[in-house]
Amino acid sequence: MIVAERKPFEEIKELVKAYKKVLVAGCGTCVAVCLTGGEKEVDILKTELDMARRMENNPVELRGHTIERQCDREYLEAFDSMVGDFDAILSMACGAGIQFLAERFPQIPVLPAVNTTFIGVNQGIGWYEERCRSCSNCVLGDTGGICPVTMCAKGLYNGPCGGTNKGNCEISSDQPCAWFMIYERLEKQGRLDCITRFTPAQNWENQVPRTLIQPGYKKPEKQ
Amino acid sequence: MKSESKLEKILEAGHFAFTGELGPPRGANAEHVREKAKPLIGNVDMVNITDNQTAMVRMASWAAALIAIEEGLEPNYQMVCRDRNRLAMQADILGAYALGIKNMLCLSGDHQKFGDHPTAKGVFDIDSMQLVNMVKTMRDEGKFLGGADIDIPPKLFIGAAANPFAEPFEWRVHRLAKKVAAGADFIQTQCVFNMKKMREWIRRAVDMGLTEKTYILAGVTPMKSVGMAKYMASKVPGMDVPDEVIKRLQGAEKGKVADMGIEIACEQIQEFKEMKGVAGVHLMAIEWEHKVPEIAERAKVLPRPVV
Repeated sequence: MIVAERKPFEEIKELVKAYKKVLVAGCGTCVAVCLTGGEKEVDILKTELDMARRMENNPVELRGHTIERQCDREYLEAFDSMVGDFDAILSMACGAGIQFLAERFPQIPVLPAVNTTFIGVNQGIGWYEERCRSCSNCVLGDTGGICPVTMCAKGLYNGPCGGTNKGNCEISSDQPCAWFMIYERLEKQGRLDCITRFTPAQNWENQVPRTLIQPGYKKPEKQ
Repeated sequence: MKSESKLEKILEAGHFAFTGELGPPRGANAEHVREKAKPLIGNVDMVNITDNQTAMVRMASWAAALIAIEEGLEPNYQMVCRDRNRLAMQADILGAYALGIKNMLCLSGDHQKFGDHPTAKGVFDIDSMQLVNMVKTMRDEGKFLGGADIDIPPKLFIGAAANPFAEPFEWRVHRLAKKVAAGADFIQTQCVFNMKKMREWIRRAVDMGLTEKTYILAGVTPMKSVGMAKYMASKVPGMDVPDEVIKRLQGAEKGKVADMGIEIACEQIQEFKEMKGVAGVHLMAIEWEHKVPEIAERAKVLPRPVV
């Protein structure tokens, strides 16, 4: 899932300080699962903003509404009849959701209440870890299911580097060395040949905005 | 000959190579480079010019290398993958060769987190192994990484680093094999303190035939103090400093610790001269360039061969 972290309250307050009617838009999928931007977090943020603005004698009219996914037109539609009443939207979705919302309502400022952090896994309640940088060229088949792009601090394809330190990365003794783990796993699987081969320079495909159209589907003609 | 490098000539002729290191200054101080170069002249075959080492901004490696050439040294232009993408790297490689640089060392580079710009974006467009292969392709096939022809290819002697000590030890020699296959003409190892492990690593490299395909220069760093030894043992990733080295330094007479450090380094150099598969020594006298003449003298590596 996509993991996000709520922005510091002071930053959010600053972003919306000029607006008197703000719609706080939650997203019920990834950011709700990682306890950042779902219905509950929308309520909390609304309460915090309401109190802070009252204290400053600058009251704000707030409404919260959470939809299933802000990255999906089908659900965004629910905001259509609502947004006219507000002079800003504060979105708690990931960067994709925020942009899709801003694209749908270009006349209204859409502001981010979260920082999108990574594509990751749920290690425990409230504990998430990054696992994928969406590089568009998955090599997990050769690296024992451990991503060198994400899990190696230098993103090396022919690791480890000279900084590998007793199983840990040079950046921290809390960060395992990805290439140490790759070696250990492939050795147990008897597949070390996967990494004795030289991996040539990567063809980076994540340098431009990417589009995917599944076979059998097509982009609608521009009107 | 693959290149126009003096180091290559020395190694090809079967001499035991002896190379040094020079770190560029934190400023545009050319005089500083000239001062550091002086004690190295005539005492080493080639001098590594580090590239933003420990991720601290310094004078560009190629620029300090050119000053070193003016002073009569043969530089080994170090390039790290942290700070440049493949376009900048290839451009710098062409420029360096055009201006008289004949050797380069391809490195990953310390993570930017360690330096004075810890929030910089690390580039790592290609890794050190891919850099080795890119330089080889440029030199031997006259082609850029993108496939286009180069009008005058850079005839560089290609170096790479190796760490014989990192875990898993079993993997180390295979990683060396990979670098050799990628195109490394010579290897400079991490500072060696654990001679037992080094002997075993070299033995395996010899058994795999790797020392027939590449020249291995063993990294030697004289310890200046007990504090330095302890720091390297515990704080520098990838370093293997056995207790016995620390104990020997601690056992030195008052005021003689640095001398003991040099003595240990000289003993190592002596052993490397005899060690099958080792083609030379790379002396990393960190911020101790002025001691190089004394170390070279005591290690009996003088005079340096003229080729």
